[in-house]
Amino acid sequence: MSTQTDQPSFVDRYPEEAAVVRRSLLVAFVMLGIGALMGLVQALHRTNVLRIIDSADYYTVLTAHGVFLAIVFTIFFLVGLYQWAVTRSLDRSPVDIRFTHAWATMMTVGSLMAGAAILLGFIDEVPVSADVLFTFYAPLQAHPIFYAGLAIFIVGTWMAGADWFRTWLAWRKDNPDERIPLQTFMVLTTMIMWYVATLGVAVEVLVFLLPWSLGLIDSVDPLLTRTLFWFFGHPVVYFWLMPAYLLWYTVMPKIAGGRLFSDPLARVVFILFVLLSTPVGIHHQYVDPGIAQGFKFIAMTNTMFLLLPSLLTAFTVVASIEHGARQRGGTGLFGWLTALPWRDPAFTGMALAGLLFAAGGFSGMVNAGMNINYLVHNTLWVPGHFHLTVGTAVALTFMAGTYWLWPQLTNREIYSRPIALAQVVMWFGGMALMSNAMHVAGLFGVPRRTAEPQYSFDFPALFGTIGELRLQIAVGGTLLFISTVLFLSNLAFSLGTPKREGFGQTIPPALSGPEDSPAVLDNMKLWAAIAVVLVVLAYALPLGAIISDNGLFGVGIEPYPMLVRPLFDWAGATLAGLAEVIA
Amino acid sequence: MHIHSYEKLWLGMALLLIVGFIGTITYGTVGAGVQMVDDSGGNVEPGNVSEHEEFGEPGVEKVGENEYDVHVVARQFVFNPGSEVYGAIEVPVNSTVNFYVTSADVIHGFSIAGTNANTMVIPGEVAEITIETEETGEYGIVCHEYCGEGHHNMEGLLRVVPEDEYNGSTQ
Ligand code: HEM
Ligand SMILES: [Cu+2]
Ligand SMILES: [Cu+2]
Repeated sequence: MSTQTDQPSFVDRYPEEAAVVRRSLLVAFVMLGIGALMGLVQALHRTNVLRIIDSADYYTVLTAHGVFLAIVFTIFFLVGLYQWAVTRSLDRSPVDIRFTHAWATMMTVGSLMAGAAILLGFIDEVPVSADVLFTFYAPLQAHPIFYAGLAIFIVGTWMAGADWFRTWLAWRKDNPDERIPLQTFMVLTTMIMWYVATLGVAVEVLVFLLPWSLGLIDSVDPLLTRTLFWFFGHPVVYFWLMPAYLLWYTVMPKIAGGRLFSDPLARVVFILFVLLSTPVGIHHQYVDPGIAQGFKFIAMTNTMFLLLPSLLTAFTVVASIEHGARQRGGTGLFGWLTALPWRDPAFTGMALAGLLFAAGGFSGMVNAGMNINYLVHNTLWVPGHFHLTVGTAVALTFMAGTYWLWPQLTNREIYSRPIALAQVVMWFGGMALMSNAMHVAGLFGVPRRTAEPQYSFDFPALFGTIGELRLQIAVGGTLLFISTVLFLSNLAFSLGTPKREGFGQTIPPALSGPEDSPAVLDNMKLWAAIAVVLVVLAYALPLGAIISDNGLFGVGIEPYPMLVRPLFDWAGATLAGLAEVIA
Repeated sequence: MHIHSYEKLWLGMALLLIVGFIGTITYGTVGAGVQMVDDSGGNVEPGNVSEHEEFGEPGVEKVGENEYDVHVVARQFVFNPGSEVYGAIEVPVNSTVNFYVTSADVIHGFSIAGTNANTMVIPGEVAEITIETEETGEYGIVCHEYCGEGHHNMEGLLRVVPEDEYNGSTQ
């Protein structure tokens, strides 16, 4: 957690930028709150502990949970953090702050549109719904404002990236010979990956789903749109992860009392993500009919190599923390662990997040194993896996990072440190319980995305009972929800702590600095070009095969529910429905 | 570029692990013969499923000495055959069973609980999976992909019966 220093804080030096960061985090945390409530409802409903909603509405809840948490919460936190990181590490403002406000507004408007479409699904009188889950597989169909909202949101993120590239280019003019500061390097590489990755979903939404939902085209091909989704759907997980890595590489060593071990290795890791994140999406389609085995095999090989940057990260982060601990007087082979600042919720939160990430890494290796995927595909194992990764490695790191960052953005101390510490530990405990039980239930074949996974037959439990597992999921989910409430209220109360001076923080340079690495690492054009080539190699043939089998728009595919109507009917019915609700 | 010696060691081990994984999976595919669901099932138009020569009358069909083809149509929120209204799928033990599954409407899933049989069911595509029936008993069939508000009711049953009790019909 930020402690008092004598330096001016980020908000002292960059008040306007700090406001953008705060606003982005605010949106992120509102989404976190709503999403966690939905998560609690799911955990209790699925396990039949408490069913306050109709099972048919479960899928509206689950869509909100997925979209609000995996898309809106994570990405709003990312843009806030990255705005801070670029401004701080280049030590300069955006070229035109109005542009910065513009993308933040675009993203907010897009989220509100998509969010409204989802939540209106609870009100039967309004002919608007988007019960399509966050993967929105056609021919399930959402209201056009859902797709339009998504498109606007994504364009907003593209503009954010453009804003950061622009700031960097302006900086480059003034500093022609300097290496790109590490945090900015991480931001730029993340955004290159994002531009490549979002091409898939942009084509899916703008060329197919949006026109289709407006009735402009008759049908879309389910396999083609699904493949375009996963073109985006895997790299998006690195879009969640890379801001967490930024915190682990640059902030965590500092909190631990040390410095980053190796700046060159950090750069290599981010470049590997740029190159390998996208040509792997077909690993989500290992058991899809209509895709030849060879393409699945290629995706599998690339996926395995994508383990490399994360394995390297494990090394560098642990080495940096150990260095910090030794600076603080820690000794011994493992004795140094006791010298770490465990009472600091920012540190403990990130460390626990990293620990569960290691577990998530193992279950991810299982997912990646092509033929083992038969065992776990679409079972509860899968949400068990990604609640360790995005649900903890990312979400808990973001919360812990907030404890450190918030005072620098507001000049106010966090309200309660003990509550913050309890909060991160509770998240860890709740998630360990919930995720472990999900993994095990998945091995017995219990499916995910199901309101009532209670069938007329029993799942063959090999050890323990399905009943025990259900209880663990319910208890774990409840702990997670309480932890979220503690986080949000602690932050809300922090708005009332007295304003003070001197919350500024510096980030010390790495032990092995950028001068130890070849300058080619900073050649953004080169890495972007190679990334594009790899994506073309991985996707041209599978997409070509699907299109040659099915045509671009599929044959005889009807939308569900039957929502498609001419555009004007839509607008009329929607407005009439809304008016009814308001009246 | 300066790389610490421990870092090099770690890098080497990481690469070894990765190559090891790829090796195991390659062995699983080539050596042990675990085939992935692929494009071998071909295509069928979802709107025309009822006129299709196999999917028009889905069910179990004996195609060889100990080999059976089972055509299944998934639609909101039933498997035909498999679900209660259509009757369980019945096959004899010690046989090879090829499932061909397609969808008449949205994306569904098809998995046989407690086994490795697991595939997506995508409108327009035919998923082909093969199992060997080794033990008699009743196995639940689950739709494991969200397919609409009745998704949680979508289930079916596979009955593996002793050879002498098998009478060749779906019930
Ligand atoms: C309060 C904490 C949380 C609880 C209790 C919770 C609970 C759950 C449960 C029980 C499911 C499975 C639902 C099903 O398949 O039927 C689920 C799915 C999911 N959760 Fe969470 N979760 C929490 C936090 C998070 C966080 C922080 C994230 C990401 C940042 C997240 C992302 C997801 C996603 C993407 C799904 C899959 C949605 C889908 O299948 O469409 N969850 N969650
Ligand atoms: Cu993936
Ligand atoms: Cu279903």
